Amino acid sequence: MSKAILYDATLCIDCKLCEQACAERNHLPYNDTVAAEQVQSAHKYTVVLAKGDKFMRRLCMNCDDPTCASVCPVGAMRKTKEGPVIYEEARCMGCRYCMVACPFGVPKYQWNKVLPAVCKCDMCADRVLAGKMTACAEVCPTGATKFGERDELIAEAKQRLHDNPGNYVNHIYGLDEVGGTSVLLLSSLPFETFGYRTDLVREPLPLFTFRVLSRIPDLVGLGGVLLGGVWWITNRRSKVAAAEGKTNADEKEK
Amino acid sequence: MKQRLMRFTLWKVVFFAIMAAGLYATVLRFTRGLGASTNLSDRFPWGIWIGFDVLCGVMLAAGGFTLMAAVHIFHIERFKPIIRPTVLTAFLGYLLVCVALMYDLGRYYRIWHPLVMRNPHSVMFEVAWCVMLYTTVLALEFAPIVFERLRLEKPLRILRAVSIPLVILGVILSTLHQSSLGSLYLIMPNKLYPLWYSPLLPVFFFISAIGIGLAMTIFESYMSSKYFHRQLELPLLSELGRILAVVLSVYAVLRFEDLYHRGALKLVLQPRYETYLFLLEVVVGLLLPIAMLFRRRIRESTGGLYLAAVLTVLGFITNRLNVSITGMEGAAGLHYIPKWTEMAVTAMIIAGGFALFGLATKYLPIFPEKGEPAEAAAVVVRRRAVEQQPVAGD
Repeated sequence: MSKAILYDATLCIDCKLCEQACAERNHLPYNDTVAAEQVQSAHKYTVVLAKGDKFMRRLCMNCDDPTCASVCPVGAMRKTKEGPVIYEEARCMGCRYCMVACPFGVPKYQWNKVLPAVCKCDMCADRVLAGKMTACAEVCPTGATKFGERDELIAEAKQRLHDNPGNYVNHIYGLDEVGGTSVLLLSSLPFETFGYRTDLVREPLPLFTFRVLSRIPDLVGLGGVLLGGVWWITNRRSKVAAAEGKTNADEKEK
Repeated sequence: MKQRLMRFTLWKVVFFAIMAAGLYATVLRFTRGLGASTNLSDRFPWGIWIGFDVLCGVMLAAGGFTLMAAVHIFHIERFKPIIRPTVLTAFLGYLLVCVALMYDLGRYYRIWHPLVMRNPHSVMFEVAWCVMLYTTVLALEFAPIVFERLRLEKPLRILRAVSIPLVILGVILSTLHQSSLGSLYLIMPNKLYPLWYSPLLPVFFFISAIGIGLAMTIFESYMSSKYFHRQLELPLLSELGRILAVVLSVYAVLRFEDLYHRGALKLVLQPRYETYLFLLEVVVGLLLPIAMLFRRRIRESTGGLYLAAVLTVLGFITNRLNVSITGMEGAAGLHYIPKWTEMAVTAMIIAGGFALFGLATKYLPIFPEKGEPAEAAAVVVRRRAVEQQPVAGD
């Protein structure tokens, strides 16, 4: 069964303890300057955005069929069956296709390093694989960030939408965006307010390229035979033409 | 005479200035990192090193496979004299793409990783393999020219034996590679602006590569006649212009139908930054050359044909930059302008390409000689007449 995070923005109090816990777990510096930053970056994997008295977290969505894992030429990104999408730095050659392709703009780069790596939230993979919850969920004082089985969290989110329809935008973000994600969001403000795109396709993005890529073996076989065949015919034709030209010349000589 | 000498020196000064700036930018890139040496950011991770150096570099190398297929697979023998300069361009183009990649990759020393760490679901994985394999094929297709010059008969015979399979492999790899650069963007239906995002992107990239192959051949021939005093016959080039007109028309109709069926045609009326660059690409770089090439008087004049070819090349360069930069800016929410270091490196790579092309035409039998052919070439020509076998680099 795959794990997930349910973040309910209506319960969030902007205490930023999740940001701090995330920084500690990933051995990143955390202070007032970092806390004030309102964008995800190579030194801030999760951020609590504020719009008046409404809040919203941003973190890696840990997609069920991740675009980053699909586009990575060396397989540095990988979806685990437990939920987290992990990154193996030792494989990465720094092409940054994951950054360009990610529909949520999550992977960030260490631009200031001479030999940089991609950085993103990996849903505390080591903790989750060891049966623990993510650092952000563990530290959350209000239960706004909740960790659990994805199926159970979806059921719970639906229940909350059903019980308090006036409190929420009637949508579980991440339920079927790009085929579903391991991070589910509930909000009282439209998700676009915080930069979440609501026009994303509902099917996994990797399908868009695999439809084409899966035809390559056929194309190679077919193309090879076709081109070889054309060459065989045209070559024969020019040989015949050459031979006939020669015969004509011989006849003329006679 | 003195005037010519001065012009020659001026070009040398420009060349060395570009090289010096490029080398300084190179030092900055490899000692300070990408952040300090580029205007790339988390919101805009791919700049001109990908959009121009790689996408356009590969595209401009398309003449190699187009003409190899025409002459060796379809036996259109009259294009034989222009095969060598186009194979040379393709080979240099791919080498320079590899150089550009070393700048762009954050961990350039792991460029070999796709050889052993495989992800067949990734278009970039396919691109990586195509670059490696096709650069090798181009090296083998180019090698006979060098072997001829050095009179190495034995390796020449070996390459001659595998020339046809090599040509077929080259055409297939090019087809895959040209189209896969378009496929790179298939996975971004929500990011790339709808004037450029299309499920047909790989088809567009492939057809335009054929068009570019033809246009570049015309362009190079003109440049060579100007600077190296060697040129190809105008009727031959006019015929290429005629084929180019057809290829561009097919491409234009497909682009129009695609925009129409996706309901994106109305976007052309929106007064936006993207619209202007789209119109620049399509009107000046596509419709205008088509109109020119269908006029016999223009097609059969050196100046007119050259101008149409240049417009085509610039049009498709605009297209690649629109796909990789203009079309991505909206989703990123910013305008990307390359830093001087990025431009200096690109300029250095282009200048290096021109210099290598010049050196190759000077020392290798690239262009057909007007007077008596070089001795080594003559030997090969005689042997070939006996064996009736095409040579790969020919």
